[in-house]
Amino acid sequence: MTVNVPGAGPVLSVEGLTVSIGAHEILRGVDLVLRPGRVHGLAGESGSGKTMTGLAALGLLPHGARTGGRVVLDGRDLLTLPPRELNAVRGRDIAMVFQDPATSLHPMLTVGRQITEHMRHHLRVGRAEARERAVELLGQVRIPGPAAAVDRYPHQFSGGMRQRIAIAIALACGPKVLIADEPTTALDVTVQAGVLRLIRRLCDELGLAVLLVTHDLGVMSAVADEVSVMREGLVLEQGPRERVLRAPAHPYTRALLDALPRHGEADAASKEDS
Amino acid sequence: MSLLNVADLVVDHRTPGRPAVRAVAGASLTVAAGEVVGLVGESGCGKSTLARAVCGLVPAAGGAVAFEDRPVTRLGLRRRDPALTRIQMVFQDPYASLNPRRRVGAQIGDGLAAAGDRATTPGEMLERVGLPGGMAERYPHEFSGGQRQRIAIARALAARPSLLIGDEPISALDASAQAQVATLMRNLAVESGAGLLFISHDLSVVRLIADRIAVMYLGKIVETGPTARVWAEPRHPYTQALLRAIPEPDGLGRLPEELPGDVPDPADPPQGCRFHPRCPVAMDVCAEREPAFGPVACWLHPPA
Repeated sequence: MTVNVPGAGPVLSVEGLTVSIGAHEILRGVDLVLRPGRVHGLAGESGSGKTMTGLAALGLLPHGARTGGRVVLDGRDLLTLPPRELNAVRGRDIAMVFQDPATSLHPMLTVGRQITEHMRHHLRVGRAEARERAVELLGQVRIPGPAAAVDRYPHQFSGGMRQRIAIAIALACGPKVLIADEPTTALDVTVQAGVLRLIRRLCDELGLAVLLVTHDLGVMSAVADEVSVMREGLVLEQGPRERVLRAPAHPYTRALLDALPRHGEADAASKEDS
Repeated sequence: MSLLNVADLVVDHRTPGRPAVRAVAGASLTVAAGEVVGLVGESGCGKSTLARAVCGLVPAAGGAVAFEDRPVTRLGLRRRDPALTRIQMVFQDPYASLNPRRRVGAQIGDGLAAAGDRATTPGEMLERVGLPGGMAERYPHEFSGGQRQRIAIARALAARPSLLIGDEPISALDASAQAQVATLMRNLAVESGAGLLFISHDLSVVRLIADRIAVMYLGKIVETGPTARVWAEPRHPYTQALLRAIPEPDGLGRLPEELPGDVPDPADPPQGCRFHPRCPVAMDVCAEREPAFGPVACWLHPPA
């Protein structure tokens, strides 16, 4: 596996992306760039269009949606790619991890089968080789006893382990881009910490470009390198993590940060005025 | 005198053909009038089961729950004892807890009727939770998640509770709405002189609104104390691990610390201290004897 140098040219660039359904404009011109080995955090409230941005990059838009702008991967615009070619890209070059592993994993297929399925489809590898790679992937995402785990079913794992499995599935074909939509929102903080460390490590070790969609600015602060803040289909502020979170330029970013309870704040200011 | 007194509560979940799972294994907790107690812990630790036992939704297998010095009886098919309607609950998912086919005003009206309040209108209750009174004519689907949770809070408050229980009331909401709704719940409860038992896995929100924190692990309360003290100086190793796992929005790119291992199966809890297999500072005694004392149930902090 090639390890890309962080700071290298963009893997995926979203240029002036618009999505509308009927008269409703969901994205109104989104620009962002994903680079190898970097995590790009996309923040915003529900309905801000952050999930739609992630889905548009995969061509997973609702029926009847009209798009504009470009989503460029390896010099090809994914928005205009014919379905056949898009299917070849999805799951191989770009993979996705969803919020709730309880619903994104197939309950009746073994973990191994779910990891090997698209590997065999996209990369045409043999059964034995795929299985070997599945065990390796489970080890990579730190599932204990990976050799036995491939034959187990999702319900036999805890929520955090299931999300690790979902990540292993996403990594099966060695994608360049990983889109993670609220990957830790359904998890406890202690489990979340492990998954965030995993995402950061994969990004650093494999040179993966990650688009992390989250409403949690704490999560953003822990793993993202660049941050975009969205509202109503527009990116209001974009920049390096430290700059955006420590010295937000846009009043909306400031308002989001101020809405959070934090350490080191005067204790319970709100308690006094009640 | 406490408003709510939970003493050594035990709750078992029974499934035919399987060993009983002890979801709450001897937990003690008090809530005073006008006090906000935050109950925190990982999923599966039994905090929701404890809340459900407090309002009689699940039977207790041992111990006692006393509300206003009277035992809480199990809620059955018959009309609930009117004294117990003074415990009201706000549930996790406002999409499921509101009836989709009734106007929100009518649902809030149920609460008012329970309290025998004919003077207050549902619209006034909506205004108390920060929604326009005219919205009483609408149906739940016309509201966002945060608004629905405000409606659920209005419905609970309409019954004039002296104890309000919130079972993860903010976890289904947007981050920007979470702190607002939690603060609203606190203010309304304290204003009306009621106690609030606020259950959440989100420690930073609990810290914002609670006077006292109780930390639960595998069916037991492992640490209780004033919020500021627990936050500044957590004593139980589990509390320390929980606090270290919270990522801070400080822009510094620090990864939160991981607590290795999973919560053990409550059907087969470890011997001795329930936390010892995951505890970074476990000693010999921890594997042998359970630290059955408070306010910090840890052999490093025996009571004086």
